Amino acid sequence: MRLSRAVAMAVLALAAVGCQEKKEAPKEAAAPAPAPVSDKILIGHVASMTGNEATFGASTDNGIKLAIEEQNKKGGVKGKQIALKTLDDQGKPEEAAVAATRLITQDKVNIILGEVASSRSLAIAPIADANQVPMISPTSTNPRVTKDGDKTRPYVFRVCFIDPFQGTVMAKFANSKKITKVAILRDVGNDYSVGLADYFAKGFQGLNGQIVSDQSYKAGDQDFKAQLTAIKGKKPEAIYVPGYYTDVALIARQARELGIKVPLMGGDGWDSSKLYEIAKGALDGSYFSNHYTDEDPSPVIQEFVAKYKAAYGAVPDALATLGYDAAKVAFDAMERAKDLTGPSIRDALEQTKGFQGVSGIITIDADHNAVKSAVVLGIEKNKAKYAATVNP
Amino acid sequence: MTEFLQHLVNGLSVGTIYALIALGYTMVYGVLKLINFAHGDVYMVGAFAGFYLSHALGIDENPSLAKAGVVFVGSMAICATLGVVIERFAYRPLRHRPRLTALITAIGVSFLLEYGFQLPAVVGAGSGTPFPPGPTPRFFPEPFPRVDYEPLGVHISNYDVVSLLTAIGLMFALQYIVYRTKFGTSMRAVSFDSSVAGLMGINVNRVITWTFALGSALAAAAAVLVAGSRPTINPLMGLFPGIKAFVAAVFGGIGNVPGAMVGGLVLGLAEEYVAGYALSSYRDGIAFALLILVLLFKPTGLFGATRAEKV
Amino acid sequence: MGSLRVGLRSVLPFLVGVPILWLLNGRLPEYLEYGLMVALIDVILAVSLNVVNGFTGQFSLGHAGFMAVGAYTATKITLAMRGVALLGLPAGLSDQVVFLGALVAGMITAAAIGFLVGMPSLRLRGDYLAIVTLGFNEIIRVIIENTPFLGQATGISGLPRRTNLVWVGAGAIATIVMARRLLGSTHGRALLAIREDEVAAEAMGVDTTGYKVRAFVISSAFAGLAGGLLVHLIQLCTPKSFTFIKSIEVVVMVVLGGMGSITGSVIAALGLRGAVEYLREAQQYRMVVYSVLLIVLMLTRPTGIFGTRELWDWLPKFQLPGRRRADEGGHP
Repeated sequence: MRLSRAVAMAVLALAAVGCQEKKEAPKEAAAPAPAPVSDKILIGHVASMTGNEATFGASTDNGIKLAIEEQNKKGGVKGKQIALKTLDDQGKPEEAAVAATRLITQDKVNIILGEVASSRSLAIAPIADANQVPMISPTSTNPRVTKDGDKTRPYVFRVCFIDPFQGTVMAKFANSKKITKVAILRDVGNDYSVGLADYFAKGFQGLNGQIVSDQSYKAGDQDFKAQLTAIKGKKPEAIYVPGYYTDVALIARQARELGIKVPLMGGDGWDSSKLYEIAKGALDGSYFSNHYTDEDPSPVIQEFVAKYKAAYGAVPDALATLGYDAAKVAFDAMERAKDLTGPSIRDALEQTKGFQGVSGIITIDADHNAVKSAVVLGIEKNKAKYAATVNP
Repeated sequence: MTEFLQHLVNGLSVGTIYALIALGYTMVYGVLKLINFAHGDVYMVGAFAGFYLSHALGIDENPSLAKAGVVFVGSMAICATLGVVIERFAYRPLRHRPRLTALITAIGVSFLLEYGFQLPAVVGAGSGTPFPPGPTPRFFPEPFPRVDYEPLGVHISNYDVVSLLTAIGLMFALQYIVYRTKFGTSMRAVSFDSSVAGLMGINVNRVITWTFALGSALAAAAAVLVAGSRPTINPLMGLFPGIKAFVAAVFGGIGNVPGAMVGGLVLGLAEEYVAGYALSSYRDGIAFALLILVLLFKPTGLFGATRAEKV
Repeated sequence: MGSLRVGLRSVLPFLVGVPILWLLNGRLPEYLEYGLMVALIDVILAVSLNVVNGFTGQFSLGHAGFMAVGAYTATKITLAMRGVALLGLPAGLSDQVVFLGALVAGMITAAAIGFLVGMPSLRLRGDYLAIVTLGFNEIIRVIIENTPFLGQATGISGLPRRTNLVWVGAGAIATIVMARRLLGSTHGRALLAIREDEVAAEAMGVDTTGYKVRAFVISSAFAGLAGGLLVHLIQLCTPKSFTFIKSIEVVVMVVLGGMGSITGSVIAALGLRGAVEYLREAQQYRMVVYSVLLIVLMLTRPTGIFGTRELWDWLPKFQLPGRRRADEGGHP
């Protein structure tokens, strides 16, 4: 009985402390979007550090951390050192909203980076706008993240492709290879995959291509043979699999096991060294659209890859790269901005032109999206090789 | 026709995995009347146990059948121990409490395993085999070289054949244990009425411990078979197979061993055919739709005996 | 005279609570207010689930599914009525009325689905209900992901921010008052009887299935309310907010607080939200701490913090002279 009472007391105490945390907040000044007059610049990052997308959140965070470390060594921005605060959203949109509110209103970050998934970015966007704090999403590709109906959201930006662009890149590429019949295998629970698949289909059919089959899987599935067998029966000339590398590698293996020999095609979600580690040659002859190729001798890219390897012991994937670029674009804008208030940084971001990022030369357009070329990479002997560039 | 047969092969391949996991659920439910939510995560631990063992034995450089065997048996042993530990510390103290309490504890254990394995590495950080492994998916080394066959245009590999035969072998072994050995009889006695079984001289605690050990070992076997041919593993991989296997067990009649096997196979085939011929995007829903249909028309499941409730 | 007293007891919390909320609305620090609103939505979920899990002793694992039904219904209505002014009311007032209508519609649809799910499944024994409700939660998610009308995986964005402290607070008060009234009524007695011993209750003439379904329907309706409030707070309606993990989290709140204790559910919901915020920076460790807490609690104090006790059991009993409280039974 004593033990259970002690446990109950402990839980209550924890709850009380938890409530205490919230009561401490009123001690801070509650002025709307004040100009932070501290000697540090604080970057807020909202990411899935737990949950089934934790690996993507962690990757993005690594990229951001690397960028900050580099920038601090160079003296920071406007002479101030940069600090990072990453809050976990457990993969849930409502938690992303709470985390963003905390970062913006309590921690008074200068800028928010996040989120990976469009659905969570959509939860954060209204908060950024309402508090006049700029937000840069590294990888959210749904057009609605930066546009609310017909209006561009004033404080929301991104550094990645949007679905309409990237979807049509592969549609055009397939067309250029004289492919007329494609099957689609999409991750039905992932808005990135669904968006890309839809725009690919639209683009491909616009070029008189035919979608012979449209199958779905769920991220984390380990068996795709049902869908692949159905696809095989429709005899496509290629299969578009716009998912994440975690599943694509398995899909490729199982496709080959079933005797499907046609190439697979995909998007930047494929970009990771794990893809090749798992696929082990099953993806030879396949293509995917990406931001850059690590064959590119450009020093920006080579240095980044080397530094990332040194810091984290792995080759960076697309998420880490875009996290890095989002941070760097943020620093560039803050340096150019006349001061560090939200509206000034926002204005500077809007004027980002020709910024040399790792993931490409980034120009922010009127819709706050990044305009940059995509490269199409082909896979040969279990390595990526440059195949083509597609300009916007 | 080839497509139909291919689906058959695929469905059996997936179904045997569900069956192996379902057996663990059904046996534990039989003796303890507890839905062991943590069972799917024991399956996940089995995959990781196999992963660490494979690396320790250097399988990626020198795959061999002998080493594969060691990995297989080794992970079964590790999971059997895990199952016993969970039972001893999380479930046994609650045996005389309402069932709901144990159920909640099971959920707690499940979360503990899932999120514990996602923690940053404590041992071996930066190497290929850190522990805990963290959320990133890991590549499971191939235990033995893959050979593909193509009878009648249907694609099947030696992995599929081995996996099928092993699974069926294990199921037959379990059938034998449950219906032809003294232990099996005590297990069935305990699942019928544990207090009376105790009065009859059966060491109920020991039976329950061994039941957990058996069920967990089967889950580990399933995991290694799956990881061998579908080589990505991650800490959340047990979540959905666990739920689906449970559905299979209920479908076949929970507490009924042949029922779980049939349930698993039926579920695997149903998912395969519906996903292949109709709507693959509804694949997850199929398991539950099947469950609801069965429970509406035959609540005790396919093979479940309708038990009169004594007041 | 009696019903007036009862009516007063139901209305009083609102008369006291709503003005307080009105005053606080917009005056608290933003982070505190946001966190509090999310916590109060959790309170609505926990208390409504307690009606089924606590009072009636059933085990439902699909609460988030009903949340989703309410949320999507409310979303569709709000978006359809956007820019439409009702009956010449000024825009602000019209929006509030539409919001109320959307929430109520959400509750009704959730209740209807609750009926459809409850009717066949409540004939089943406890553990089966858990799995069927879990299955239902998943089926709902799968349907949403496959229906373009419902926004599929990306969800429906661009909702107006209608939820504020007053709405959520009123919703929470409504749920608590509902649960309290239910507990003190003959319906509540029947539910408790079913919890204690279903066979005996049936033998005493209680229509167990009927009462169970009713409890389920009421519980689902309030889950729908919570769903509608949530999506109008985060201005986004996606299936990711309504997974079975959410259902399990609500179950944990109910169990932690004590199944059958309304106070327990409230405190647990608020406390767990506080813990999530406090431990947010510890990220990966939070869930591990959570699960260990759960196991330790079940091993040491499975009735939860409050068991079946309520806060008002400790308050002095306000009794108007000459009138007995309804739930003290008939003895002097």
